[in-house]
Amino acid sequence: MAAEVKVPPVGESISTGILAVWHVKEGDRVERDQLLFELETDKITSEGLAEVSGIISIKTEEGEEVDIGQVVAVIEESEVDDEGKAEESEPTSTAKTEAQPEVQEDAPVSPAVRRIAAETGVDPASVEGSGKKGRVTKGDMLEATANSDEKQEMPAAAPTQNVERTSRKKMTGLRSKIADRLVQAQQEAAILTTFNEVDMNAVMRLRKQHQEKFVAKYGHKLGFMSFFVKAVVNALKEVPGVNAQIDGNEIVTNHYYDIGIAVGTEKGLVVPVVRDCDQKSFSGIEGDIIQYAGKAREGKLAIDDLQGGVFTITNGGIYGSMLSTPILNRPQSGILGMHSIQERPMAVNGEVVIRPMMYLALSYDHRLVDGKEAVTFLVKVKEAIEDPTTLLFEI
Amino acid sequence: MSADNFDVVVIGSGPGGYVAAIRASQLGLKTALIEKGNLGGTCLNVGCIPSKALLHSTEMLHFTKDKAANHGIQVDGVSVDLSQLMKRKDTVVNTLKGGVEMLVTKKGGKIFKGLGVIQSPGTVLVKQEDGEITLQTKHIIIATGSTPIELPFLPYDSETIVSSDQAIAFDSIPEKLAVIGASAIGLELGSVWARLGSEVTIVEYLPKIAPGFDDDICKISERVFKRQGLKFLTATEVTSADSSENKVVLKAQRKGKEVSIEADKVLVAVGRKPNTLNAGIEEAGVKVDEKGRIEIDHHFQSNIPGIYAIGDVVAGPMLAHKAEEEGVAVAEIIAGKAGHVNYDVIPGVIYTDPEIASVGLSEQQAQESGIEVNTGKFNLSANGRAISSDVTEGMVKVIADAKSDKLLGVQILAHNASELIAAAVTHMEYGGSAEDLARTIHAHPTLSESLKEAALAVDGRGLHSI
Repeated sequence: MAAEVKVPPVGESISTGILAVWHVKEGDRVERDQLLFELETDKITSEGLAEVSGIISIKTEEGEEVDIGQVVAVIEESEVDDEGKAEESEPTSTAKTEAQPEVQEDAPVSPAVRRIAAETGVDPASVEGSGKKGRVTKGDMLEATANSDEKQEMPAAAPTQNVERTSRKKMTGLRSKIADRLVQAQQEAAILTTFNEVDMNAVMRLRKQHQEKFVAKYGHKLGFMSFFVKAVVNALKEVPGVNAQIDGNEIVTNHYYDIGIAVGTEKGLVVPVVRDCDQKSFSGIEGDIIQYAGKAREGKLAIDDLQGGVFTITNGGIYGSMLSTPILNRPQSGILGMHSIQERPMAVNGEVVIRPMMYLALSYDHRLVDGKEAVTFLVKVKEAIEDPTTLLFEI
Repeated sequence: MSADNFDVVVIGSGPGGYVAAIRASQLGLKTALIEKGNLGGTCLNVGCIPSKALLHSTEMLHFTKDKAANHGIQVDGVSVDLSQLMKRKDTVVNTLKGGVEMLVTKKGGKIFKGLGVIQSPGTVLVKQEDGEITLQTKHIIIATGSTPIELPFLPYDSETIVSSDQAIAFDSIPEKLAVIGASAIGLELGSVWARLGSEVTIVEYLPKIAPGFDDDICKISERVFKRQGLKFLTATEVTSADSSENKVVLKAQRKGKEVSIEADKVLVAVGRKPNTLNAGIEEAGVKVDEKGRIEIDHHFQSNIPGIYAIGDVVAGPMLAHKAEEEGVAVAEIIAGKAGHVNYDVIPGVIYTDPEIASVGLSEQQAQESGIEVNTGKFNLSANGRAISSDVTEGMVKVIADAKSDKLLGVQILAHNASELIAAAVTHMEYGGSAEDLARTIHAHPTLSESLKEAALAVDGRGLHSI
């Protein structure tokens, strides 16, 4: 299988760049996520990483001008992911940065070990060596392959025949980044979640009332999200502590309102950032979100699109979630969780009425944000959604 | 620090002691090396080196007399000048002795000639010809080596009943030489004198010659050496001796029968014993085991802190290269580094022609340890280089673990086996398998290809054998 290496999107206004440096040579074996090349544009320098492992065939010379999305190389994927790794005898001389330590780990392996690795796909690097200074011996490899054979045989012996009870594959780069960042957030921040509920009646009524004219004018629908974005901006202005983050021993307070919107994709969750939401109209915000969702689905989001948010909104409601405790998107200090809208009997002015209700959750970094601030913030969001006219007057 | 204060004092300048002194000096330790006799110890003066000089000279004699004509080389009137042969041997020894002195002193070690006697941990007295000197030291390394074992009924007399010390320096060629012991020393010196014209009979208590080596190798070597004119009496126990005017008659028991062996000289080569007398070892409270060997821990330290021991004077094979490795290791340990000796991978060689060399386990030893093995053999008679060079006698045998294919032992009977074994030792040191050896490229045509072929044969993949 051959995978094309394309010039990754780097930002809204950039359509071409110069392929400045190749970090690999023609015919090199590259590993997934290995740095392949550097792209220079008039604004930034960005990097091209390998999406798959395999042997690279380079199509573009250094210094050539390339378009975003242009194919600059092809990676021939190897059948067995680790075969080449064992075969590789010399580190590529030009490869530097992250790629190098991995190559150095490929200590010379004995000919019998290389043969077994090639035939079975068992990576000697994953086997604990019993030889001198931990070298992997043939015996170690035989044991490792015997173990993996046993693993494969086990499901057959299990009651559900012919069905693998587990399967294994390498994490994608995105998945492992998500994993790292979530764990990092859990470990670094003192995450606490406060809850509230909001009556969606007013927003739903407004949407219904203005939807037709809105679509006619802007070409897209008026969704719920723009209300929440505006409500959050309003609350951030009211409670600036939430729009701040810890940087070492210092507190950095943001005076801008770039709000991240979590979007689920096949590969995982991404959070593109809608810029300057305080200055954007409802339609501007909705338009940006729709555009991002499209890019996310096509896998065309650029790094720029994902960086610099001050606060995140995540909507588990679209999957039917009633209540959840979102994890912070570091280094941000707050994240708002939206949930499904359900009609529930509510007591209003002494009477039971049916209202479309949504639970809200605000997770915040308790190191920086006090409980009073957090609760106030969430109440502000609730009030703005229940009475959107307050947004008009910024009260 | 005064001149008589040292970090390390080494007693004995054999391959263990002088190497320990070099390594200690290299590591910045102020080191003294004490030698009561000749620098280089047994190995250099009366052991490995002089015997190799004699073996080489007599191998050339053997070629000239018995093989040259077949190669179209006509040599008439071949005769031996024994005194010149011995002179050359002495030159070899003296050259190397000078080397040892130069190496030790250049590295910063100080040599004291005299008997070193431990006074207490930290104090060593050197009894020199011109007086005594006391050395203060933090560490003492005992490397006093070993001496030939004497049979109670056959005391050495330096003339007719001799040890290897004299058998490397006979001033005439004995007509009949009896050798007791068919191990390295007996086989090597037996070969030397047989080539020079002696009628040599080698008596061995055990049922095979070169005991300790693999049965297959022993069997073939016995056949080969018999063709060279050596006589063997295996499973034979010498019980008594009658000496009379330059003649000795040995009485021995063989399969329940008494046999007698007449000889002009008897070389007793039944082993060596550690030297623990005269150096103040026992007086200092250093513990020795029932075989007289100094007991040491993993750091070569005796029961007395600060007193270490290496080489023939401790347990393990009495081999120069084993002592050298221990010398390096003990110096490194004293210097706070991680010295280590891998006792599983020590090669052993008998320098006959063909040579016998081995490392690790024989097939029988592996079986005795309950290890299931696969073996591969290759006969030198099918090796191109061996045929070209007229050295087709011998075989290579590779013993590998049946499960993991790990090399457990390699046994070689071949011309230059001592050099061939090195590749096997290297593979084994790194935990290599028979397949690793088989998949390593060996130059063609070389004798070493037989090592590769034997390794291939472990898996039934031999290319040049049927």
